[in-house]
Amino acid sequence: MNRIFVRGLGAVSPAGWGVPALREALRRGEPLPLRVLERPTWPKPLLVREVPAPTSRPAFLAHPRLRRSTVIGQYAAGAAVEAIGAAGMVAGARVGLVVCLQSGCVQYSCRFFEEVLKDAATASPLLFPETVHAAPASHIAAVVPEVARATTLVGDPGTFLQGLATAADWVREGAVDLGLVVGAEETDWHHSEAAWHLDHGLVLGSGAGAVVLGCEPGLSPVAALTAVTDSFPYEAGQNRHWAAQGMRRSLPAGAADELLCEGTLELGRVDRPEREAWTDWPGPRLRPKTVLGDGLVAGAAWQVVAACDAVASGNCMACNVSVVGCNQQAIGARVERA
Amino acid sequence: MLFLPPQRSAEPPRVVVTGAGIVTALGIGWQDNAEGFRSGRTAFGPVTLFDVSRQRVKTAAQVRLPDHLPPTRLGPRQVARLDRAAKMLLLATREAWTQCGWEPGVEAPFVVGTTAGGMALGEDLFLQMTQTPGRHHLQATRALHYQPQVQARSVACALGFRGPITIVSTACASGADALGQAWESLRRGHATRALAGGYDALCRLVFAGFDSLQALSPTTCRPFDAARDGLALGEGAAVLALETLDSAKRRDATILAEIIGYGSAIDRYHLTQPHPQGEAALAAMTRACATAGLGPESIDYLNAHGTGTPLNDSAEATAIHRWAGAHEANLPVSSTKAGIGHLLGAAGAVEAVACLMALRGGWLPPEPAFATPDAACAFPVVREPRAATIQTALSNSFGFGGVNAVLILRRWA
Repeated sequence: MNRIFVRGLGAVSPAGWGVPALREALRRGEPLPLRVLERPTWPKPLLVREVPAPTSRPAFLAHPRLRRSTVIGQYAAGAAVEAIGAAGMVAGARVGLVVCLQSGCVQYSCRFFEEVLKDAATASPLLFPETVHAAPASHIAAVVPEVARATTLVGDPGTFLQGLATAADWVREGAVDLGLVVGAEETDWHHSEAAWHLDHGLVLGSGAGAVVLGCEPGLSPVAALTAVTDSFPYEAGQNRHWAAQGMRRSLPAGAADELLCEGTLELGRVDRPEREAWTDWPGPRLRPKTVLGDGLVAGAAWQVVAACDAVASGNCMACNVSVVGCNQQAIGARVERA
Repeated sequence: MLFLPPQRSAEPPRVVVTGAGIVTALGIGWQDNAEGFRSGRTAFGPVTLFDVSRQRVKTAAQVRLPDHLPPTRLGPRQVARLDRAAKMLLLATREAWTQCGWEPGVEAPFVVGTTAGGMALGEDLFLQMTQTPGRHHLQATRALHYQPQVQARSVACALGFRGPITIVSTACASGADALGQAWESLRRGHATRALAGGYDALCRLVFAGFDSLQALSPTTCRPFDAARDGLALGEGAAVLALETLDSAKRRDATILAEIIGYGSAIDRYHLTQPHPQGEAALAAMTRACATAGLGPESIDYLNAHGTGTPLNDSAEATAIHRWAGAHEANLPVSSTKAGIGHLLGAAGAVEAVACLMALRGGWLPPEPAFATPDAACAFPVVREPRAATIQTALSNSFGFGGVNAVLILRRWA
């Protein structure tokens, strides 16, 4: 049978640090509190959902590599460490790491560029390396020493599912023993304003989600990943509606005891292609972004984590994950009981 | 389904190159670049794209873009949205696309490496936000089009090919990693054709970043020279049309070369510095050779990552020494960064095309400024233009963040 086992999950989200916090927030289903971001140059505020400080400082944050890293590196490492810890890794296992981002390290990028504009001669060499998309993967590899191979993919939220497929290929081929896929994002006012230009109703969220895949179920598999659909790109003459319909047709029709984990946000224009693709879904639905905000690639990671967690908890037999990204692709995945 | 490959034979298909496009400061297209690499021409000059008056270093290898892009399927408004980086990607992809002769509308995954995407547009977005807040003219366009997946989508629309887009961002290994991931994808049977490569344009943030690290050479970029004092930045793009050998033969296509090996490893030592013993570089070269089914003695030319920084070159030289063993003394090595600078996300793809040119042209790209070998270099660095029949070339690409990617190309006879 074609299946890859989900061995561990991790999440850092506006609900808090850890999968239990995410689970509880989604169970309540109430939108998490908003934070107002001051926009220094314009009085109109921007709203975001940010990760709260951890109740106790996780041990991995004491690692020298994370002491001055940007928060996206800390979120990514937090989700990765939780997922790897849950995966029950045996000694000597080789981990393949795929980190997925859309906006990436925006905080340090903006800080560094501000310094460049003030005086390029004195811009901080400590900030610049943290602006690189590959920085979070490097930090994760520092705290998860079993990482033997790594890559970073950039794109719209569907990129997280492309990352899942890449990691699944790696473990299937035996290139690595476990695949660790991490989606992460952070926010700042520049980033939020850029998003505001694309849709005034968008509320961004920060954090990370992580999934560990393996060919073997391990001692306590969370779920089985049974499909990642093709990517349905937005091309000339083939828009988000076409792509969403293509993705939907690639996944099973569903049943009353199956869950649909959507990427909708309660924004009519943005959500329409995805809503129309799933009008005939017969089972219950879960909409993590309405609780957590739009975490971009991290948001897609939370969807997958929530789907796997729902299957593992016995709430459903299977779950389809639907990601209709903002500017690249529609892509879906399916998880079932292990 | 992406991770459920179709039924395929036990042996993965061979993957060949049937098109190549390149844009560097040496010129636009194969001919100018091949002549430049063959003769060891350098293309550095004062930076004119942005203000560098407060920078320690004020030179780079800038691309001279044509005043008008060649006609494509894009309308004037779409063309107007393309920034410098997207134009380079379009020019390189168009050359590869034209050369491979694929039919319009073909399904071909587009795997692109970049570090900065449309960062210049991102800088404009930032400047308008902070300097004229409340003025929103063109901000939505900038917010959308600085994203690399949107730039890649524009290129696919311009040329009329279809398929999924994957953006690989493993810093200076991005271009090689993109080619390697596309190569793996074809061997898995996910597709029979793919376009893959890398691109990056010079921009203020990245230039200032390398300057802040004091990584830029205030004199001349001299990879592996004992007196080397840093790297030089450049810009450009390169794209290869990859397809399975069966597909190329069915079409009776001209085959430029075969990609036979790819290896990747992660260096956990430091965010920006390589392990002094070149552990990950050694692992990546070893893995690439394993996938190619070759030993180091079968490699006829090594295109080094060779940035010209003291730490990178000594670590790479150590890794080559450990990997090549006795073959090292007979292995010609050079870094084409000596002529065109470090192209960051484009570097690995451009250097793969340089290897392709060397394989087809029968020459080795020299480093004219190289004078005195570093103590760690026991291999011969190519100093002067010379003819050589090479069957197999290996190209190293190492990135910030530690991803090391290695490609092996074989001459198609």
